[in-house]
Amino acid sequence: MDGLIILAVLLGIGYFFGTRVEKQHFRSLQQREQAIQGLMLSTAGAKVLLPQAHQAQLFVGSVVVSSDFFKTFIAGIMNLLGGRITVYESLLERGRREALLRMEESAQAWGADQVVNIRIQAAELSGNSGKGVVALEVMAYGTGVR
Amino acid sequence: MTVQPRSIGSNIILTNIETVPGKAITQQLGLVQGSSVRAKHLGRDIAAGLKNIVGGELKGYTELLQEARQEATNRMVQEAQQRGANAIVNVRFATSSLTQGAAELFAYGTAVRVE
Repeated sequence: MDGLIILAVLLGIGYFFGTRVEKQHFRSLQQREQAIQGLMLSTAGAKVLLPQAHQAQLFVGSVVVSSDFFKTFIAGIMNLLGGRITVYESLLERGRREALLRMEESAQAWGADQVVNIRIQAAELSGNSGKGVVALEVMAYGTGVR
Repeated sequence: MTVQPRSIGSNIILTNIETVPGKAITQQLGLVQGSSVRAKHLGRDIAAGLKNIVGGELKGYTELLQEARQEATNRMVQEAQQRGANAIVNVRFATSSLTQGAAELFAYGTAVRVE
């Protein structure tokens, strides 16, 4: 009985704060993305000539995002049924947009006109044990030119 | 975060495209690499475990991985300098988590001389 109460409390905390954090994060992502619209982004670049560019530098943005207790619990149930695990989709989207934004912001601060050859990758931090912290590192990198 | 090769007193140029814009490659000096394995200390692990209830960014881990990536990059730059390079092109990063407590950050690229 005690265990059930603790579980319910943790789920409640996870749901309440997790949803709030996620909403805030999406709002801030949207604002920052609008502020940075002038920067041209491209995943091509390795074989594209850049005659207008004089200087280049590598920029990296990374973030570690973690799931909340509610998401982890729901994902465990969804995993049994199969199909889309929607709670993790939004988590990954947040991580990816945040990492990209951090890279773009540092490129813009340096004075880049565009960022070429952008690569995005993610790595799981908790190993494959399936226990403990559900955390994921997303990193984005690219070459800023001006 | 910006990868700062200048922090170790050099002006090596890093790019992840095959050329350095505005300059011409005069000499290829081969593959250079650097890696760093980092573990989180217990305090950070506990903090991250608590943060895992409410979700959001784990700032301690973000910083830790950025430091580790910086160190891997610095090692790569040092190797390139020993060969007399002044730029590294086609830089790639890789992350792999070894166990629950540690991660390896790896950076590699091609050292070149540009003019």
